[in-house]
Order: sequence, then structure tokens, then C-alpha cells
Amino acid sequence: MTRTRFHQGLDELKQKLLTMGGMAEQAVERAVRAYQTGDVAVCQLVLRDEGKINAVEREVDELAVDLLAMQQPMAVDLRFIIACIKINADLERVGDQAVNIAERVMDLANQPKSTVNADIARMASLAINMVREALNAFLTADADIAQTVLEKDDLVDNMNREIFDAADYAMTHSIETHRHALDTLLVARNLERVADHATNIAEDVIFWVRGADVRHHAQG
Amino acid sequence: MEAQGQIQVQDLNAWFGTTQALYNINLEILPKHTTAIIGPSGCGKSTFVRCINRMHETLPNTRVSGKVQIAELDVYGKGVSPVWVRRRVGMVFQKANPFPTMSIYDNVAAGLKLNGYSNRHELDKIVERSLRQAALWEEVKDSLKKKSGASLSGGQQQRLCIARALAVEPDVLLMDEPASALDPISTAKIEDLIFDLKQQYTVVIVTHNMQQAARVAEYTAFFLMGNLVEFDKTEKMFTKPSDKRTEDYITGRFG
Repeated sequence: MTRTRFHQGLDELKQKLLTMGGMAEQAVERAVRAYQTGDVAVCQLVLRDEGKINAVEREVDELAVDLLAMQQPMAVDLRFIIACIKINADLERVGDQAVNIAERVMDLANQPKSTVNADIARMASLAINMVREALNAFLTADADIAQTVLEKDDLVDNMNREIFDAADYAMTHSIETHRHALDTLLVARNLERVADHATNIAEDVIFWVRGADVRHHAQG
Repeated sequence: MEAQGQIQVQDLNAWFGTTQALYNINLEILPKHTTAIIGPSGCGKSTFVRCINRMHETLPNTRVSGKVQIAELDVYGKGVSPVWVRRRVGMVFQKANPFPTMSIYDNVAAGLKLNGYSNRHELDKIVERSLRQAALWEEVKDSLKKKSGASLSGGQQQRLCIARALAVEPDVLLMDEPASALDPISTAKIEDLIFDLKQQYTVVIVTHNMQQAARVAEYTAFFLMGNLVEFDKTEKMFTKPSDKRTEDYITGRFG
């Protein structure tokens, strides 16, 4: 093995990005737990840690840019670094979605409950699982795992549409609880976005491992 | 008939004494394109280009088998003169080698004079054209006959050698590590020059510098231990090579 320093740099980049992934995943888990329990204190944790995620995002980008500039990577290494830069941006956005959910939960705490028929728990479980599996695919360089993530996105999209209809119904039929329904709708919307970011991450893993562009159903 | 400057290599083998340096190379080099030859030291890349213009046989105890065809010219055909082949196939080496005592003008005109060219007016025109093609004209036009080739800087000397190679109007220009002894500015000039030259010539460049291959060549061939491992469009070779050995080499995972 040659280019030891370069490969140490690649390992460091991977570790940092996995750290970032763990933080983003935890943020969504906390926000969803707060939604389920109504625990506003947990929301504060999500808001507090957003800055940490942003700091790691910058570190990952700096390291990736250094490697590109100093080491002129080729082939699989080039694809890896490009994938890392894109995954990094997606993970930062996952963190943002968690903050958005936490803010809705804090608002919900002050609103009378609506009767909106939304299985947020199941949707959240699916979305978080997609993030976890996308990160697992990244960790193990396994494009097959990444492929399974892509297949789950439609499921989450469908749930989002169902919740939209349910919220619409609730808002139309009970004006007093419309804000609760609206917040629930936004939580669902944010979870749907989390799933989209997981999908992007999975696509980037496939690009890295197979050199294939599978975005927007492109043929790789 | 094949296009001018198209190189077809079939079952090419080359030896130094009993040591085989190339094994059954089959490759088609497109005319008016730049093809880079990459690979670790001793992989046979220089030997390969030296077989294209019959330079390999100038070394003692060497041998070549197989076929090299440049357009209609069968390079190793019966009765084909190596001198004639080298008129069609110019070569530039790692170390610039101008004739040190000759003027800049005579360096460029040397090949033509050797071939019995004596029309002064025509020679002037060819020298100017060649120096312009080699992007050296503006720098030397006022001292063509006053300065010797050796008085130029390293980068200028290399461009002078390119002008000398172009003066005899070859179809193919072989470049063996043409910029490896040059500073980044001279290297950039040579690379720009390669880009311009391929409009008219088929350029084959041996380089250790993969970034250089990526910058100048449309096609890249990867050699390893005398074998051609992979040949493809450069962008494919450097982003998604097909062969694991190519991947390992260009990402530095060798050895």
C-alpha cells in the first residue's frame, strides 16, 4: 500500500462523516421522541446540538477540499470524496429537519389537540430507518443496501400524502384545532424530507461504489 | 484506406536480449487525437512508443515482432526504411536535446537540410511555421540565427525540439515524458501546445504524471509489466476504470 497519508485522510473523512451521520440521526430521533411524548426539554437538546452538526459539516468540507487540492484523487477515491461532500450537505439538512420538527413540537405543546388521523410514529420510524440504512451502506460500501433505501422512499411519500389529506380533513372540520393539524402536517412534511435526504445519501453511495448515477431514475 | 495518422498495433512484442518488454499489444490510436500512455516504471510504455517509430531497434540486442501500421505505412514491412518511418513519426524526449552548436534556425531546419532541402525562401517559411506551431516564434524571432539552441531555457529548448520534429511534417508526434523536467509554467505551455497540435497531428504522450494525462489526452492506455491492461477514454479511465489493476495504480494502491 502506497500513499499512506492520503489513505489516512480518506479514513479520517469517512469517520468524520459517520460522526456527522450519527449526530443527524440522533437529532431526528430526539425530535420524533419529543413529538410522541410532548417533552419540550428534548426539543431544547435538538436545538442546542444543531450548532455542533453545523461545525462538523464545516470540518468535513474542509477535509474533503484539502484532499482534493493536495492529493488529486482519482477514480474510486475521487468518487468517494465527491460522495462525501454531497452526503455531508444532506446530513446537515437532516439536522435542520430535526430542528424544524422540534419547533413544531414546542408549538404543539401550547395547542389544543386535533383529531388528525396521522401515524407519525410509523412514518418517523421508516424515515429514521432509511437514514440509518443509508449510513450503514456508506459504512460498509454496500450498494445493495443503498438500493433497498431507494425502494422505501415511495412508502414515505405515500404516507405524507395520506397525512396531508387527514390534516386537510381535520382543519376543515374543526377550526379550534386547526393549528395542531397544521403542525402535524409540517412534522410529516419534515419527515418526508428526511427520507428524501436518506435517498440522496443512498444514491451517492451507489455512485461511489459502482460509479453509476442512479438519480432521478437515470440508468447507471 | 486508413485516415492519416491512424496507428494500428497488432500483436506487438518487444525484447531486450532475452527479456521480453512487451507482450502481444493490440491497440488502435485515433488520428488527430492525443493518447496518453501511463504505467509504473519498467511497464514498457517507453518501449511501446519507441516501437512505433522503430527507435527500439537502435539499441543493441533488441527485437520486435508483430505489426505497426500508420495509415497505409507498414512500419515493419519489408524494405521499409526506418529513416522514412521517422520522418512520418516525430519524437520528443524527456530531456530536450537541441543541437547545441547550431543556431535556433538551423536546429529547426536540420531535418530538412539533411533531406536535401535547400530552397532558402521555403526553409524560412517552414522554420517560422514550425516555431509558431511550437509556440516559440514570438520568443525567438529576433534571434533566430544569432542564438544557439543551447542558449534557450529548458522549456524553450523543449519547444525548439518540438518545432524541429514538426518541421519535417510528420503525421504522428511521440512525446516521451516531454514535460517531466520542466517547471509548472513551461509544463503548462507544453500542455497547451499538445492541445493545439492534435488538430493537425496524432499525438502519443508517455507520462508519469496522471494529472497531465487527464489534462491533455482524450484516450489513455495503462501498461503494466509489458501488458496493455486497459485502454479507454481518459475520463472513463480516471473516474471509473474497468480493470482493478488500473484502479489500484491510479489511486496509488499499488505494491
